[in-house]
Amino acid sequence: MDNIVKTKNNVCLHAECIDKIYPGTKALDNVSFDVLTGKVNVLIGENGAGKSTLMKIIAGIEQPSSGKIYMGDDLVSFKDTTEARKYGIGIIHQELSLFPNLNVYQNIFMANEKTKGKFTLDNKKHIELTNKVLKKLEYPLDANTLIGDLRVGQQQMIEIARNLIQDDLKILIMDEPTSSLSQQEVDVLFKLMRELTAQGISIVYISHRLEEILRIGDHVTILRDGKFVADADVKDIDVPWIVQQMVGKGKSYPKRERNIDWNKQKSVLQVKNLTLPKSGGGYLLDKVSFELKKGEILGIYGLMGAGRTEVFECIMGLRPEHTGTVVLDDKVITVRNISEQIDKGFAIIPEDRQREGIVQTMDIGKNISLSSLKNYVKGLFIDKKKENKSIDEQIKDIHIKVADRNLPILSLSGGNQQKVVIGKGILTNPKILLLDEPSRGIDIGAKTEVFDIINKYAERGLSIIVISSELKEIISIADRVMVLSNGIKTGEFMGDEIMEDSLVLASYNGHHKH
Amino acid sequence: MNQSQSAKKRSKNAILMTLLKGRTLIVLVILIIYFGIASPTFLTTSSILLIAKHVALYGILGIGMTYVIITGGIDLSVGAIVGLSGMIAGGLINEGLTLGMFGYTIYFNVPTIVIITIIFGALVGIINGWIITKFNVAPFIATLGMMYIARGFAMLRSQGATFSNITGQKGLGNTGIEFFGRSVGGIPVGAIILVIIAVIASILLKMTPFGWHILSIGGNQKAAKLSGVKVNRVKILVYMFSGICAAIVGIITASQLVAAHPASGSTWEMNAIAATVLGGTSMSGGVGTIGGTIIGAFVIGVINDGLVMCGVSEFWQMVIKGLVIILAVIIDQFQRGLQAKMALQSRNEN
Repeated sequence: MDNIVKTKNNVCLHAECIDKIYPGTKALDNVSFDVLTGKVNVLIGENGAGKSTLMKIIAGIEQPSSGKIYMGDDLVSFKDTTEARKYGIGIIHQELSLFPNLNVYQNIFMANEKTKGKFTLDNKKHIELTNKVLKKLEYPLDANTLIGDLRVGQQQMIEIARNLIQDDLKILIMDEPTSSLSQQEVDVLFKLMRELTAQGISIVYISHRLEEILRIGDHVTILRDGKFVADADVKDIDVPWIVQQMVGKGKSYPKRERNIDWNKQKSVLQVKNLTLPKSGGGYLLDKVSFELKKGEILGIYGLMGAGRTEVFECIMGLRPEHTGTVVLDDKVITVRNISEQIDKGFAIIPEDRQREGIVQTMDIGKNISLSSLKNYVKGLFIDKKKENKSIDEQIKDIHIKVADRNLPILSLSGGNQQKVVIGKGILTNPKILLLDEPSRGIDIGAKTEVFDIINKYAERGLSIIVISSELKEIISIADRVMVLSNGIKTGEFMGDEIMEDSLVLASYNGHHKH
Repeated sequence: MNQSQSAKKRSKNAILMTLLKGRTLIVLVILIIYFGIASPTFLTTSSILLIAKHVALYGILGIGMTYVIITGGIDLSVGAIVGLSGMIAGGLINEGLTLGMFGYTIYFNVPTIVIITIIFGALVGIINGWIITKFNVAPFIATLGMMYIARGFAMLRSQGATFSNITGQKGLGNTGIEFFGRSVGGIPVGAIILVIIAVIASILLKMTPFGWHILSIGGNQKAAKLSGVKVNRVKILVYMFSGICAAIVGIITASQLVAAHPASGSTWEMNAIAATVLGGTSMSGGVGTIGGTIIGAFVIGVINDGLVMCGVSEFWQMVIKGLVIILAVIIDQFQRGLQAKMALQSRNEN
């Protein structure tokens, strides 16, 4: 009688009363979860709610402290991913798990190699199958390209492709697959997800983008603080309901109202004819010109590879091969290298927090003061008191939730780590702040706080440029939006002109011009 | 899990952590006690001073190496620089500097020779750093090449022969190099220099922007660059510092032997790396302390000399030294794992 829990017909995997205890904390507390066959099963919750942990258990990466997993009528347990894969479970990680030193097809077939005879690799077959799967993804890419040369969004597509080559795939877990994809790429991915579910494959989908969930999801399960909160069919619910379940109170992005006549505002930065050649011909940026006023928030919207990050890289002096004129405070400046640009009053918050934003080995305080150390030097040494005062003020000013600035940076949640990186930039007392996807991979609560910070500093007169892939975000935050498409500036919108459809339209416009 | 249980576990972790952090010191104490019992001559003043003399050499090299390794690099050329700078100093004392076209030989006094030698070491280090940053050559390769080059020049200086008896001549005003091999107030001068350099290096690392920039480059070079840290300049300075340390050791070695031998310092870079790693500096960069390296140098020194005094063969010494180093790194990994666990714990509790 020990096997009372029989899996229902439409359920292909049933997790029963899963507990996961880490030293000192309970990541999952008695959570039961069904994966419905041939459906998109959405898992929602703020960061730390336990979504990723639950998925890691189902994919065999972690083992539950207690609880049972059934597939069909069988009680299963996975020691590792290989075992889970045998049951047809694949996972696309939130953090990319690709090999930057290997090329596209090597990554896709890693540990799943096709061979001629027993020992020789069949690279012809690898390339052929890779091209086939990329075609299915509508993502033409040379199979010989090195992964390290691809942008994050492109890498994400490879990660997806890697799972699709499995023949017996039953359950595909996707942990925030769209966090760095453009709208166009998301559309392709969704189409593909529909194809997969039509084949009877079940998808478990984790995302922070609520509008997406309503578009693609079939069934929604909500977790909060490691506990099950609610579940419902997508057709019965809306965004406010989800948000309410997640955080316990209603939250959305309100549109900012600022009554400023921008024509009368002083211009801080003018960029004229910014051009960046692509290696192998063509342009990453083609004669892009724009202006930034004092206290203004300029949004840059565009698809992946439209040249958004490259604009920042040129301005910061990371792309010495660029041409064009940069005028700062009515003076033409020569962009030579990044430390000079920081001295001139630029600060950058990079897109990839882990790889480019924080120094993992240093504590929170040092991560905040790293860019502005020379402000605290007295004689030869750093004036600890002065430095700590600045750090504490900054921590308070941007509401970083931290007990002690001497704790390691990795003890903070993603959202608070992001605030540390922003605080580091702001401490250099910049005139212009460049933020590249500041809300990527952080939960709704932290997102709202990051936007509050951006607003607050804009009100104080800081000029800000924000890159974002999320339409709703950029619409709510920006005073003006510039749209890039395929390296060309295809639109500029102000005030009431900033609307979802016009931005999306403009973001596709550059593709027939080359 | 209830509150008190969790707190108990945390304090247990904290105790374990303290023990792990002090592991090299604990090992050092155990070694000293062991050798003190095993060899009646070990804890005498004369042998302690002998050990201090040896430790000074590895220690000074280790300090330079610590900076380099914290940036995520390595400097294999320091042993060869020791040999070459000894030859430069010894040559300047015994033969002076002959200006061929005038047929005239200049003899410098000892302080000038010391300064010339140190500047020379700094230059070799700058070249290391320049090759690494400008041409993007892996530090292992660049300094491996420099190791051969420097050793080659050391041999070329006198066709492989030793400059013996480098006491200088009163008439030429270049006596006194032996000072660095002697003792002041019973303490070897080398050990005093070690302490001075250690204090300076430790202050630089902990209290100046330069030090933090070193730590940030090793932790995440990309983030450091985007934060405005002048990565290339800092790296060149770090290799320069390592070169200076090696030149100083070259002078001390020549002075202790009152002779400059072109092969001296061979494989000392390995002792320096071993001292650094024993001291808790992470080979992947970003983490390390000068104090740790000094303790690491003492462990190496005590093992070397202690085993000699116990009559253990040189071959067994090598085996034991190797085992200690590997064990140290295993414990280091364990500590990192625990640290990550504790960070996660405090993250979840917040």
